[in-house]
Amino acid sequence: MSFKGLPEGVGDRTQSFRDAGYFWEILRGLGITMKHLVRNLRHTDEMPTMQYPEEKRVYSERFRGRHRLTQREDGSVRCVACQMCSTVCPADCIEIEAAEHPDPSIEKYPESFTIDLLRCVYCGLCEEACPCDAIRMDTGIYEIAADSREKFVVDKDFLLNNDTDGTL
Amino acid sequence: MPLLWASLAKIVFMVLMILLLLVVLIWAERKGSAFIQDRTGPNRAQIGGVRLAGLIHPIADVFKLLFKEDVRPTNRHEALYTLAPFIVMVVALSTYAVIPFGDYIEIGATRIPLVVADLNVGILYVLAIASLGTYGVVMAGWASNNKYSFLGGVRAGAQMVSYEIAMGLAIMGLVMIFSTLRVTEMVAGQGELLWGFLPKWGVVVQPLGFLLFITAVFAETHRNPFDLPEGESEIVAGFHLEYSSMKFALFFMAEYAHLVVSGALIAALFFGGYQIPWLPRPLLQQHAGLILPLVMGVTVLVSARFAVLFFRRARRERGKFGDARDREPILMGLNCAFAALLVLLAFGLQPWRIGPSGASLFATLIQIGAFLTKVVFFAWLFIWVRWTLPRFRYDQLMALGWKVMIPLGLANLVVTALVLALIA
Repeated sequence: MSFKGLPEGVGDRTQSFRDAGYFWEILRGLGITMKHLVRNLRHTDEMPTMQYPEEKRVYSERFRGRHRLTQREDGSVRCVACQMCSTVCPADCIEIEAAEHPDPSIEKYPESFTIDLLRCVYCGLCEEACPCDAIRMDTGIYEIAADSREKFVVDKDFLLNNDTDGTL
Repeated sequence: MPLLWASLAKIVFMVLMILLLLVVLIWAERKGSAFIQDRTGPNRAQIGGVRLAGLIHPIADVFKLLFKEDVRPTNRHEALYTLAPFIVMVVALSTYAVIPFGDYIEIGATRIPLVVADLNVGILYVLAIASLGTYGVVMAGWASNNKYSFLGGVRAGAQMVSYEIAMGLAIMGLVMIFSTLRVTEMVAGQGELLWGFLPKWGVVVQPLGFLLFITAVFAETHRNPFDLPEGESEIVAGFHLEYSSMKFALFFMAEYAHLVVSGALIAALFFGGYQIPWLPRPLLQQHAGLILPLVMGVTVLVSARFAVLFFRRARRERGKFGDARDREPILMGLNCAFAALLVLLAFGLQPWRIGPSGASLFATLIQIGAFLTKVVFFAWLFIWVRWTLPRFRYDQLMALGWKVMIPLGLANLVVTALVLALIA
């Protein structure tokens, strides 16, 4: 019996006597699972599982981790508070309050720059949109933990100081 | 009066054995399933760095569940809701009363049989108690006042009623062959040899009966591939969906207690119980002076080998974790070395000059060991099958139960009766 448009055997509901009894196929299945069990018992080190806190996966250089704000040579914030990143942000997690910069050649600087890390979707559009390379996601930090929601809203000082680990 | 104390001691031994095996089985399920699926499984819980390959996890689980909040549905049926997990657990434990875990212990002139209740209707008792198990599950499903729980309860009820018939029919073949309903006599009968070389085990005289029985037992314990009452892809968790904390733990533990009891039942009825093939009790007792030092010697060698392996591992993985876990291989190695030393010192007691009462005790212990080995193997078989087979569809389950198992069981009965009539 063959069905139109299907490969031979698919949709064929007639079973051979051997298959209908299930018995041999059950034994074969048990053999397969036992093979895996014995192999993993003998070569425990070759299992694909990573023991996470001790071993960590090496991610690519382009991995988008937690954000940071870059600095000029004099250590001041590079951001000019143009609002491009907060406009493009699909999660609406960046909030910038602009203020006038003392240097007349620079128009504005961010008085406050906060990112809600719980809202962020790590899409990277902010660093694409930034006209002066002020926001980057190259820290490689992805273990972000805190004991309250408020702590996930990080401010300018935190983002400028990028030598922190995952704890907020 | 001493018999009463002996009975109490046997009950305590039995319950403790089931509870201990249950912990080991939960561990075996988690670790075994992990290894079958190429995962590492639980390996984090530790006491002072000792993790025992995840065996600490059941202890941690118990503490977690004891301190968890008992969330209960508002519109529950209070009495039935509370009673259901108890019934499931009690039923799981009480089946064991008629299964002998050893032959007898001789104290002076009195012989204490190693079975809690040597009922003359033992097989009927097993079937009756097994069907009582349905009540707990159905009650849990009904009293939770949840549609999914209810569906789980209904499925459990229908499934157990269907497979009970097949289970009873499968055992009846054995009842005819051994012409007794007493489980102890059945086990004793399986110590004989068939045609002088084949052990007269239930599986040898009733191969089809064994297949039917083991399938029915899988369905009765609602383990995969028959775990439709808790089919999580369709009805969340089935009958125990609305149970949390220690009540849930009771259901969970009852499942494994059922495994132990089912394993014991299969071992007792079809695999000779405590009997060791070709090594009956008189022979064991007679050569105790030879077998005991042999067993001790093997124990010493195995323990010493394990100690060496652990010490090697300790050297190879020194400073691997950088915390208390680094001590584990050394501690385990010391433990094994200590065990080896202890058994080696026991040779000073001259085990080859064992007396007749000692030989009797030794034979009993060896037979208990043989029984436990069989029980653990069959309990492992349940776990092994669970991680191999997919779940049946409900109509497949019913079709298998009614259209295959029951006719086969009846045919098996007829053939057995014919053969017995021809022999006699």
